[in-house]
Amino acid sequence: MLYDENQAAGTVRSLEETDFFHKQTRIVLRNCGVIDPQSIEEYIARDGYAALYKALTDMTPDSVIETILTSGLRGRGGAGFPTGLKWKFASGNRGKVQKYVCCNADEGDPGAFMDRSVLEGDPHSVVEAMAIAAYAIGASKGYVYVRAEYPVAVKHLGIAIQQAKERGLLGRHIFSTDFSFDLEIKLGAGAFVCGEETALMTSIEGKRGEPHPRPPFPAVKGLFESPTILNNVETYANICPIILNGTEWFAAIGSEKSKGTKVFALGGKIKNTGLVEVPMGTTLREKDIGGGIPKGKKFKAAQTGGPSGGCIPASLIDTPIDYDNLISIGTMMGSGGLIVMDEDTCMVDIAKFFLEFTVDESCGKCTPCRVGTKRLLELLNKITEGRGTMEDLERIEELAAFIKENSLCGLGQTAPNPVLSTLRYFRDEYVEHIVNNRCPAGVCKALLTYKIDPAKCKGCTACARACPAGAIIGSVKNPHKIDTEKCVKCGGCMEKCRFDAISRD
Amino acid sequence: MEKLNLQTVDMVNLRINNIPCRAPAGSTILEAAHAAGIAIPTLCYLKGVNEIGACRMCVVEVKGAKSLVTACVYPIAEGMEVFTNTKRVQAARRTNLKLLLSIHDQECLSCPRSGECELQRLCREYGVDNNMAFEGEKNQYEIDASTPHLIRNNSKCILCRRCVATCEKVIRVSAIAVSQRGFKTHVGSSFDVSLGQSACINCGQCIVACPTGAITTVVETDEVWAAIDNPAKHVVIQTAPSVRATLGESFGMPIGSNVEGKMAAALRRLGFDGVYDTDFAADMTIMEEATEFMERLKTGEHLPIITSCCPGWVKYCEEFYPEFLPNLPSCKSPQQIFGALAKTYYAEKHGLDPKDIVCISVMPCTAKKFEHKREDECAAGEGIPDVDIALTTRALDNMIRRAGLLFEQMPDEEFDPALGIASGAGHLFGVTGGVMEATLRTAAETLTGKELADPVFRAVRGTDRGIKEAEYEIGGALVRVCCVSGIRNAS
Repeated sequence: MLYDENQAAGTVRSLEETDFFHKQTRIVLRNCGVIDPQSIEEYIARDGYAALYKALTDMTPDSVIETILTSGLRGRGGAGFPTGLKWKFASGNRGKVQKYVCCNADEGDPGAFMDRSVLEGDPHSVVEAMAIAAYAIGASKGYVYVRAEYPVAVKHLGIAIQQAKERGLLGRHIFSTDFSFDLEIKLGAGAFVCGEETALMTSIEGKRGEPHPRPPFPAVKGLFESPTILNNVETYANICPIILNGTEWFAAIGSEKSKGTKVFALGGKIKNTGLVEVPMGTTLREKDIGGGIPKGKKFKAAQTGGPSGGCIPASLIDTPIDYDNLISIGTMMGSGGLIVMDEDTCMVDIAKFFLEFTVDESCGKCTPCRVGTKRLLELLNKITEGRGTMEDLERIEELAAFIKENSLCGLGQTAPNPVLSTLRYFRDEYVEHIVNNRCPAGVCKALLTYKIDPAKCKGCTACARACPAGAIIGSVKNPHKIDTEKCVKCGGCMEKCRFDAISRD
Repeated sequence: MEKLNLQTVDMVNLRINNIPCRAPAGSTILEAAHAAGIAIPTLCYLKGVNEIGACRMCVVEVKGAKSLVTACVYPIAEGMEVFTNTKRVQAARRTNLKLLLSIHDQECLSCPRSGECELQRLCREYGVDNNMAFEGEKNQYEIDASTPHLIRNNSKCILCRRCVATCEKVIRVSAIAVSQRGFKTHVGSSFDVSLGQSACINCGQCIVACPTGAITTVVETDEVWAAIDNPAKHVVIQTAPSVRATLGESFGMPIGSNVEGKMAAALRRLGFDGVYDTDFAADMTIMEEATEFMERLKTGEHLPIITSCCPGWVKYCEEFYPEFLPNLPSCKSPQQIFGALAKTYYAEKHGLDPKDIVCISVMPCTAKKFEHKREDECAAGEGIPDVDIALTTRALDNMIRRAGLLFEQMPDEEFDPALGIASGAGHLFGVTGGVMEATLRTAAETLTGKELADPVFRAVRGTDRGIKEAEYEIGGALVRVCCVSGIRNAS
């Protein structure tokens, strides 16, 4: 799995000696890969349920909230809302009204899988943290909303809940206190929009998973019209260490306004792909723990925040990555997907890729998202197919701004981000597609032409045999030619040519 | 809202377009603006039924908010500053309309809603025409004409969901819902079966809710004109009790004007061979129903009797509560009794072949279109329906206009006699709870042999409550009655 390091060493090295792990600060992933996730004993041996015990016996609900508030923990689901503040909003009328605590495990960003890893590798940390949250706001019932495509996560979580119930760590009178809390798993059908909090709750209620306008906010009127808090898996995984180690310990990690660590799912054109947990404020350059880009290619940009985020160009590679800095450069943290792109990546194509995802995942409730994103995608298609005009660029910018400002929920409000961000940093590439009908990265097929240099061609016929469209004509030992009408631009000929005679423009 | 005592309700001070105003706490921006004399355009909003903030037409600027907010659902707050008509707001609404037009077939001239379409009106107000619509793919839909009463054309649907909310919350039938997601989202029935195969009770309330031409009533006026023009056909028309009270409104007369005389005159000028009042048939229904009620009172079988001449309710009972079907009276509704009489007794009296008689009805509800097409409604023989065409009041309005009849100037004429003699009981069909009242009156008079002084049994009349209960002693028996208005109260 680790591309370079172990190969270079010749033998397998310990985690401490492996750069990839050595450079990380693992709070969220503290137990992942370390303990048997199906064993509550192993979790307890790593201080498991000590934080819940401490909260229930040593702290008031308000002091729990105060602790989370002063730790500076912000929601890891994407928007970065202060977790303690969210809890505080829902803390009124304890014991008088029904309240709910929910966990968002509907991880949907393409390429992000930190929530899945925590649920698979350390499910008790989420169970324990949800019980603490329930104690803090005065809730007696919780739901974990997890996608059905995560069967191992669902299985491990189910085992964890069962074990906790058997040991009296869930249920009535936990640790012989007055606090009772029950937890249930709700399976989602894998809709991206159900990661949006109101849509998630609507889905738990058994209805079509669609968002509804806020206010009312879930802290006032959420699941089953009761005050509800919803936090993401990674957020919950931070709770127990904060309770046990204190706010100062946590606040010492990270940047000024973004405390603690963040798990990133490194993907794309990078040697070591996978999850890395680093302090907030780490720069992209420092994340070279990914091992750099294969084949000596140049770094072009990195996409953060998945389909809701934007790209960080090479010029901003030294930006300390935290919530606020990412927003200021036109992207967002999102759930922590980090996709590295090299010089062979077409940024118009990338914008199209992410937009295709949101068009597909839009719930269809509001006009800007349902129709607007589709029309935006069609405008991008015009450009990548060589039919675009400079007026289309203006239209794209106007429509993107409209969708951002007028959509009902976060999905629509952030859907144009990949387009706006690539336009901001790679406008030249859009213009090149439109004005010169050229895709500089050589990705957009409609704009490519393959040519055979007759001077270099030896007439070996390898290309003609490889061509699936029968587009290459020529006889043995004579220079070949490509019939551009027939060519499907697959690039197969270029790969097969041993004489470097085929070029693409 | 209008009954609120303003002194006991917290009032909120806000400014809308720099005008200071006050509105009760809990109001939305839309409500507060409306009270302050400012209209905000809406498409998906249907008060109390569909408040989902989906279409985004009602966006307004709120000082301090990071984006535009939807006035239809956004609550007001003390000191709030709202701007409903800024450049930014207008631009957003225009873009929204351009997007909505881009999924719409834009065939206004052939649309039955043209002139009354909310989307068309807003496009006109905001200066958006079809040349400005975004270009792009449109979903291809088949037109659903599987029910007798409506046509659903999803190529004109803007996904406001007012029909879905009406069917779910007002009627509580949920024959339609939202299917698929994203750009493929559309309104349809479960598993994409046609509406005719669904639990739809043909009430037509979704037609009323639709802001565009996506759901329209089946209009059969061409067939009526053809029958009138055919010399071989004897065309009779019956009008339901309520039509005389609503037709005037569509010609600009005060709501509730009784236009019985003008209507009879107009129908005669349209060329109908016989112009009749359904009242007579309503009387027959009452007699039948009262007789059946007295029978059951004696035998104690299939009680309580659930009186209804509403084909929507009958279908609802068939779909959702088949166990109560024996409790329905076995007699036909007035529309069908009239048709049956026209094609049997009337045909015989006038020496006509029932096949040459075309029986038209004008009815207040689209479910009547479903009722007359039922296979079990052919008293004169198989293939000879009691009623051939059921028109809505609106369709009759159209015929009168097309014939160039100035309705307001029509003289007052009488219905044709014979089938045109009616008691007061039949009239009562037109009011809510009237059927119950008429049945009780008839039963009481028959059982006691005395004519009743007016008014009795009034407790069940009126729309002030959805469910009304009362107890009466009739001919020595205690009769408990319950009158339900609105299908949702039936469940």
